Amino acid sequence: MVDERFEPKIVAFLCNWCSYRAADLAGTARIKYEPNVRMIRVMCSGRVDPTFVLKAFALGADGVMIAGCHPGECHYLEQNYKAMRRFNMLKHTLKAMGVEEGRIRLQWASAAEGVQLASAINEMVDQVRELGPLNWAQNWHEDGEVEAAIQRIEEEHAEVMEVPA
Amino acid sequence: MSEKVGVYICHCGSNIAGVVDVEDVAKFAGEQIENVAVSRDYKFMCSSLGQELIEEDIRKEGLTRVVVAACSPHLHEKTFRRACANAGLNPYLCHMTSIREQVSWVIEDKAVATEKAKAMVAAAVKRVELHEELEPSEVPVNPNTLVVGGGITGIQAAIELADAGYPVYLVEREPSIGGHMAQFDKTFPTLDCAACILTPKMSDVGSHPNIHLLSYSEVEDISGYVGNFHVRIRKKARYVDEEACTGCGICIEKCPKKVVDDVFEAGMGYRKSIYRPFPQAVPNWPVIDTESCTYFERGKCKACEIFCPTEAIDFEQQDSYIDIDVGNVILATGYDLFDARKVPQYGYGRLANVFTSLEFERMCNASGPTEGKIVLRDGITEPKSVAIIHCVGSRDENHNPYCSSICCMSALKFGHLVMEKTDAEVTSFYIDVRTSQKGYEEFYNRLLEEGMHFVRGKAAEITDAARQPGEEGKLIVQAEDTLLGKQRRVPVDMVILMSALEPKADAKDVGLQFGISCSMEGWFTERHPKLDPVATMTDGIFVAGVAQGPKDIPASVAQGAAAAARVQGMITAGTVEIEPIVATIHEEICSGCKICNNLCPFNAIEFLEDKEVSYVNAALCKGCGTCVAACPAQAISGAHFNNDQIFAEIGGILYDAIGGNGAKAPAKSKEPAPA
Repeated sequence: MVDERFEPKIVAFLCNWCSYRAADLAGTARIKYEPNVRMIRVMCSGRVDPTFVLKAFALGADGVMIAGCHPGECHYLEQNYKAMRRFNMLKHTLKAMGVEEGRIRLQWASAAEGVQLASAINEMVDQVRELGPLNWAQNWHEDGEVEAAIQRIEEEHAEVMEVPA
Repeated sequence: MSEKVGVYICHCGSNIAGVVDVEDVAKFAGEQIENVAVSRDYKFMCSSLGQELIEEDIRKEGLTRVVVAACSPHLHEKTFRRACANAGLNPYLCHMTSIREQVSWVIEDKAVATEKAKAMVAAAVKRVELHEELEPSEVPVNPNTLVVGGGITGIQAAIELADAGYPVYLVEREPSIGGHMAQFDKTFPTLDCAACILTPKMSDVGSHPNIHLLSYSEVEDISGYVGNFHVRIRKKARYVDEEACTGCGICIEKCPKKVVDDVFEAGMGYRKSIYRPFPQAVPNWPVIDTESCTYFERGKCKACEIFCPTEAIDFEQQDSYIDIDVGNVILATGYDLFDARKVPQYGYGRLANVFTSLEFERMCNASGPTEGKIVLRDGITEPKSVAIIHCVGSRDENHNPYCSSICCMSALKFGHLVMEKTDAEVTSFYIDVRTSQKGYEEFYNRLLEEGMHFVRGKAAEITDAARQPGEEGKLIVQAEDTLLGKQRRVPVDMVILMSALEPKADAKDVGLQFGISCSMEGWFTERHPKLDPVATMTDGIFVAGVAQGPKDIPASVAQGAAAAARVQGMITAGTVEIEPIVATIHEEICSGCKICNNLCPFNAIEFLEDKEVSYVNAALCKGCGTCVAACPAQAISGAHFNNDQIFAEIGGILYDAIGGNGAKAPAKSKEPAPA
């Protein structure tokens, strides 16, 4: 095995109207950015069900990006705000499950912001590369059963998971 | 029963094939992805030969799903859907993945690019297998049209539609239509009098049987969707009964209160408290300005009421609301002028004889505050020298980076008018002179011949501090003449600032209200900058004129007419297809928790009290999928973007990570990825 640089796999969910078009623009403008991000188009960042993110991590992603229109510019008026709220909850949940904050990122990118999207991607790739592989899928499998893993998470993160009365 | 998927990898000439090993990707898809029956690469998939290739395979090989890996679906999704439909396959069983914009154009390393393309093709195949047949629904198009903004663009759009026989509601915020053009004196490059060409159109609007003119009104609320919008319009109180008023103008004559007119006269002239912006106003009913009216201030006066021969004055009038149904909307809301005070080194507001372009327009206008005489702020002295400063607030990183497009020609026009009406010398300080339309360069040459001076350099400062003999009592324009490579101080009597065009202060709110987006600056975004300049991303909402970006009168008129033509096309077709990408609630799973009800900004979800479940009105649903993601019971599915499809896509896109742990580079590239 040669000494290879760790190349993370990052899944990005892009809204159809702003961010996917920002990716189109980055392409049209030939802006080079890290190849580690693979994109999935959804109609709106509000469509991103937190389970999509969990699924991506479970299938071996090292990071997940959710990109949508800027607040106030959503094609569906205000659904990116809902994405924002879910993102905050999700970040908290993932932290409790041992996933570092740097592995998930919410990025606003308007259809005119190809450059901004590309640099956000580069930044995130660097960040996740720094964090190293997540190995989530493997961790789950190692323990043999999901029950045990959940048990472990609960013990390790009891403090964060405590619900205030 | 497994699907038979056809995979087509486009070379896009060398755009994709130059970076991605297309043959390798096609081979990979054919050999390593399950259910792929046909896998080909081809030079141009979007060409008719490329499309025929797909059609033939559907017919001969019995393909049940198609994946095209090429450019962005925003470019050619419709093309390939049509090809599938031609061969009898439901168009929604086709999926595109963008290996040009997201791979070959953004990645330099060939091996890495090829790996990413493979993952994207794998994701597309996994997803398309789960696609469902969908049918777009058809809805009727209401033949009424709403035009917002009564400047020259809105006027043109309204007249085109009305002449074609369709009803138009023209909503204008100000008391009269006419917009900025009504303020101008002459129009470049032909020097036609603006009023002479505009006012006939304005009276056309006022008297047209198909145009319902709603001046002094604003759109309060809009709901619905293409073909079927419901609009609520607030008609602001004029305090004048439109039915009774004959427009005789006696009230204006008798009103004792005079105030500075900041809107139409750009602060250069006065108007009464009861006023119409200008004599040819359409409609010609006056309006009472309650902020300055003595009666509204002190409860006394009523001069207008006393003298009105038809008892049309109504101090008790309230704002009224009108509800209308329209099929399409044209937004022609125009622009604001850049506030020259934001460039303090030019002294506007501090140095009396620094004028803005709009002030100068009013001054030149024969019916304006100086009756067309070009004079200094004192109202009598004719200037002996005039400087015109280009690009005030445009092409300036501190304010607006864009070119306002009309100012060079306006400056030339001003130069001509000054030299025609006075003996003054005119010097223009420019960065570049841009005269790119028909007849414009000729006009520039004419001004050069007429003796207008041009200094290539952005003015650094305008000051009244004299330093050299001959500068006393003058305004001195300090600029670097970049052709001579020298600093110059030019003493003049009058300075005209060519202020930038800016988006309306509330453009972003209007955009939000109508569900369309704005550029970073605040101009409305068109569907495609080249090929679809007046449509927007929201079906049934069109944009025209300067609201979409700086442009001159001919271009605004052309866009107004273009938007009208697009609307007419919709009306003539009679029905419009609506994308079947909508959410559906499965009654048997819905627990009636109502979480989704308040999530929908389009009010598409209602709660059925009798069945105690929620229900999505497909005609109102825009398909964003927020409710789908929110349903705790997973009772809502979003067509074409359902959970299973997206999960499959995630699985496909990480095909090389499952089992492995993602620690390996996607490609066996020796070079590190470009930073």
